[in-house]
Amino acid sequence: MTPILEVNNVVKKYGEKTALNNVSLSIPHGSIYGLLGPNGAGKTSLIRIINQITFPDSGEILLDGEKLSPKHVQHIGYMPEERGLYKSMKVGEQALYLAQLKGISKDQAKKQLKYWFEKLEIGDWWNKKIQELSKGMAQKIQFVVTVLHQPKLLIFDEPFSGFDPVNANIIKDEILELKKKGSTIIFSTHRMESVEELCDEIALIHKSNKLLDGSLIDIKKQYRSNTFDLGINTQNKQQLKDFLNAKYQIEDTFFKSLDNELKLSVNLNGKPVNELLQDLIPFGQVTHFSEKIPSINDIFIQTVTNN
Amino acid sequence: MGVLSLIIKREFISKVRNKSFIVMTFVSPLIFVAVAALIGYLSSMKTEVKHIGIHDESGMFVNDFKSNESYKYHDVSKVDPKILKDSVSQANYEGVLFIPAKENLKDYEKAIEYVSEDSPSIGFIADVESKLSDKLMRQNLSSKGIDTVLLDQSKIDVTMHLTKASGEETVKGLNEMKVAIGSAFGYLIMMFIIIYGNMVMRSVIEEKTNRIIEIIVSSIKPVQLMMGKIIGTTFAGILQFVIWAIVGMILLVIANTVFGLNTSTPTTELAMETAKFANVKVYFAEFLKLPLLSMIAYFLIYFIGGYFLYSSLYAAIGAAVDNETDTQQFMFPVIMPLMLGVYIGFFTVMNEPHGTVATIFSMIPFTSPIVMLMRIPFGVPFYQIALSIALLFATFIAIVWVASKIYRVGILMYGKKPTWKELVKWLKY
Repeated sequence: MTPILEVNNVVKKYGEKTALNNVSLSIPHGSIYGLLGPNGAGKTSLIRIINQITFPDSGEILLDGEKLSPKHVQHIGYMPEERGLYKSMKVGEQALYLAQLKGISKDQAKKQLKYWFEKLEIGDWWNKKIQELSKGMAQKIQFVVTVLHQPKLLIFDEPFSGFDPVNANIIKDEILELKKKGSTIIFSTHRMESVEELCDEIALIHKSNKLLDGSLIDIKKQYRSNTFDLGINTQNKQQLKDFLNAKYQIEDTFFKSLDNELKLSVNLNGKPVNELLQDLIPFGQVTHFSEKIPSINDIFIQTVTNN
Repeated sequence: MGVLSLIIKREFISKVRNKSFIVMTFVSPLIFVAVAALIGYLSSMKTEVKHIGIHDESGMFVNDFKSNESYKYHDVSKVDPKILKDSVSQANYEGVLFIPAKENLKDYEKAIEYVSEDSPSIGFIADVESKLSDKLMRQNLSSKGIDTVLLDQSKIDVTMHLTKASGEETVKGLNEMKVAIGSAFGYLIMMFIIIYGNMVMRSVIEEKTNRIIEIIVSSIKPVQLMMGKIIGTTFAGILQFVIWAIVGMILLVIANTVFGLNTSTPTTELAMETAKFANVKVYFAEFLKLPLLSMIAYFLIYFIGGYFLYSSLYAAIGAAVDNETDTQQFMFPVIMPLMLGVYIGFFTVMNEPHGTVATIFSMIPFTSPIVMLMRIPFGVPFYQIALSIALLFATFIAIVWVASKIYRVGILMYGKKPTWKELVKWLKY
């Protein structure tokens, strides 16, 4: 299956400054894709190119295997980081207008709008102006406007910044439901931990360059260190530590727990996990045992320092 | 429906529904008529009669000063000049004219004095001076044995008939009318550009501050948005002008009949009315002789060219800044050529419609919509008009291109107050 979006060797410069340096990505159908990197890395530049707001100096972008052209705006829904709505325009009119600009008919837009208004229980806002709504209410409208034309590719730039926690949750759920229905979703954010649990695939961008990309699980496997956090209630703390130290690499660690147990971070040194467990059991009661999975943040920092 | 027409429709509706638009549309004609009525009322009030004393030691001039509605002259030659000067400061007299007795007529040149508290009007000074020199000249002529009565009788007034080379006869007063029509057209274009250009600019800034702009340009091209905005605002502007014209006319008619702006006595009023009517008839006939259709056609062409040229500049300025207070530094270069056009129109075209200055500025695209329109009633060779229109539209296309580049970059820039240098850099992005 062709990926829904392919970015091939895209270069974008603003005067002397390079915003994107030969970036290539491939975004599979039906995935949630995280475009991650610190502020100023080039994420928004890339997103604006995908939305045909600006154009690359070189390189090409394929949507569903076709070279990106103006007719494709209909298939993309975009919620920018700098977002807002016409303050003095009525909610219904505004949503219809923006949907029509995307190229769908008024009737179709009305039908969709009714669906979303009922779903989010905001039906009686139709004739209200945005300036009469609270910030949280306007955020819901912002989301509806983004998805109204049923795009197959949805792009959210810093999606959860500025949303209150309740709305952020509602919108997270709605996005997951859209994914179930077959939409592909791109999240772009510098707060990597905020989307970690949602993403199937990620790309790390740093200083105009792509550092790495691929499936989140594969990347994490690649960066796994075979280290386990463990907690054990034992009388012979020092004895246990000496015993483990001979066989594995150990470090003191900290995690929250209810008991005052011994907390260690243990690297397996190539030995099987179960051997460690068996080694522990004679010493006392194991209260905690989990693999230390590297966070995207850790991976990011590690790649940046390695490069 | 095409994207462009969608945008035009939204811009038009949002302008027309705006409260300030509605208020402006219906209140301004009221204010205009009220001001006109006030001016009419004030000017129809009798002005206060001013008393002027004449202290004429020569006894030669005093009889030449005949009192009229505005000035009453008093012969005070017998009164002591010192007392007279006091009575001026006590405001018994507006002013006193002191004429000493001189042997030689030539000596009067610098000898006459006018004493007053407030400085007299230029018209009054000119009037008195011409009376005095006229009298002295006659006196001089008589002393040299020339009969001044005979001189008056032999005076012949010439009224020239103005005829064009094509044989068509023109009438006096037509030139004034041409000036008036040309000026009205030119002025109208300037007003329209400033009012509605500003409206375009504000609407661009509004989209930026509302942060909706990025959502819109992810659906359509920025240049489409810019043109849609300009055209939509134009329609709103034309609607406003039409309403102003209709409401204004109705109100003027009402004001005229209700308040009766003429306060002169019935008999003279009647005479004046008939005279006026005859005049109006002549003017109207002459007015119809002007190439009205082609003038209106040219008005529309220059209007479209000039308005689009300037409003795309306004749109670019709106895109370059974050808020209206930052627009000042860019406004001056936009307003200046407009003002220049109007001044050249008023001062140069009226005196010399086909002079070098008028011709050059009617070619420069930034002033041509105003200057050429003022020239057209005087008859401009077709090749000049064609050249000027071609230049205007070529520049218009170039400016729209430049403006849309600035617009495209500017709408996505926040928090920076751009310099001219930076705007030039944006053209290369």
